[in-house]
Amino acid sequence: MSNGASIELGHVGISFGTAQIVSNVNLDIKPGEFVCLLGPSGCGKSTLLNAIAGFLPVAGSISVGGDRVTKPGLDRGVVFQSAEVLFPWLTIRENVEYGLKIRGVAKAERAKKAEHFIGMVGLAHAADKFPKELSGGMRQRAQIARVLINEPSVVLMDEPFGALDAQTREVLQEELDRLWRKTGCTIVFVTHDIWEALLLADRVVVMTAGPRAGIKTIQPIDLPHPRDAASPECLELFRRLRDDIGEEVKRALEQQGLNREEEPAT
Amino acid sequence: MTDATQQTPTRGARTGFSMGEGMKRVLIGVLSVVIGVLAWHIGAMNTSPLFLPSPWSVAKTTGEMIADGSLFVAIGASAWRIAAGWAAGVIIGVPLGLFMGRFQIVRLLCDPWIEFFRFIPPIAFVTLAVIWLGPGEITKIALIFYCTVFIVTINTIAGVENVNQLRLQAARSMGASKLTEMTTVIFPSAVPFMITGARIAMGNSFLTVVSAEIVSAQTGLGSMIWTARNFGRTDWVFVGIISLGILGYLFDRAFRMATRKWFRRFLF
Repeated sequence: MSNGASIELGHVGISFGTAQIVSNVNLDIKPGEFVCLLGPSGCGKSTLLNAIAGFLPVAGSISVGGDRVTKPGLDRGVVFQSAEVLFPWLTIRENVEYGLKIRGVAKAERAKKAEHFIGMVGLAHAADKFPKELSGGMRQRAQIARVLINEPSVVLMDEPFGALDAQTREVLQEELDRLWRKTGCTIVFVTHDIWEALLLADRVVVMTAGPRAGIKTIQPIDLPHPRDAASPECLELFRRLRDDIGEEVKRALEQQGLNREEEPAT
Repeated sequence: MTDATQQTPTRGARTGFSMGEGMKRVLIGVLSVVIGVLAWHIGAMNTSPLFLPSPWSVAKTTGEMIADGSLFVAIGASAWRIAAGWAAGVIIGVPLGLFMGRFQIVRLLCDPWIEFFRFIPPIAFVTLAVIWLGPGEITKIALIFYCTVFIVTINTIAGVENVNQLRLQAARSMGASKLTEMTTVIFPSAVPFMITGARIAMGNSFLTVVSAEIVSAQTGLGSMIWTARNFGRTDWVFVGIISLGILGYLFDRAFRMATRKWFRRFLF
């Protein structure tokens, strides 16, 4: 199986036009590590993830496995928040095979691998269905299989469970935890859900409110997997993260409030 | 018009209900036609055959024209021109639209011409087409091609611009090149738009073929309608109009069935 690659962010800044979204982010992620980016909505954590994916030009440097990131690459798989990214004209099996097919992998090998990864996310019974015939949770699992089949050394996940109901989310969090340990890849996971970060991450990176978002604190989560959210250690960490993030959310809301007053009445 | 085939999903599960419902829809449609023909008949009884020939005399003329083969020659000539010009327009319009939607330089080069010509109806070009291409088949086919290609191109461009950007990003992160992206993401995403464009273009092709045949043709439904004038045969005009309506309906039906059969997975 694939092995995780390291990720190094050095003085990373991201701007859209004149607006600076992310500024001066320094972060080293170890091979095989699971890092959660946690922050108030709109703080730029997804933007940072897109930059690691190679979708955006950045100031500073981003390296994955020692190689400078300049464009999207197979070493970095991306799981998006919206399962809309599945191709609706392909079945689940065809979606999962997509990466292999466009690289010219032989049909028999493709089929074998697809079988394996579809089974791994528990979708064997739905392999020949189209995405629209599946529930939200199943579509996200399909998306994860479509990414893992390419055996990326880094998986970038942008609130992949954000649109799911609480029960489905919990199941998928446990499955992800299992898949991560099985594949050994490095995972960067964006979320605004503190519990989700606590359950999954080796380290939680709390970001400051935008604009010019940066890293506020980095919290190691040194607890064994699978984790018990009700344990005293977890609760203590939850409190600490909640206080950190609470300040940022408050700041973000204040900024939005000020902005709103400046806007002309409609 | 009833449209039983549109209710494809779960049709098997409630056949009894659908059958009854379908029958009712067909019956209402038939009733509407019968009332229309009856009104036509009453109108014809109170006017001269030159002004409004009766349904019966039109039916008789139709029978004669079927018997001597002239009706099928006319229908065949028009249908062939529409099919050839339309197909050529779709075959050129789709790639043109894909390139224009994808590459800004192609778009900028073609845009002024497309924006200019799209407002000029094909009939405005009939004279030029005859001068340039002669009185033969190619003239009529070229005019239908002209009216099809713009609609298909413009719709395809809209389809390309409508591509889900996240799907493109996903494809790129799975190793898709620019070309792969085009064939595996952009083209399939734009298929519903292409189909809509092709369907609208088919309607316009019918308008165009009649205009073109009126001006320059010895055969075809348009020519038949125009020749009727010289002989005072209003009933021929009616035969031509009814044939056009039925032919158009059949073309549209065939087109929709074909797209459902071959492009079903793209019509999400």
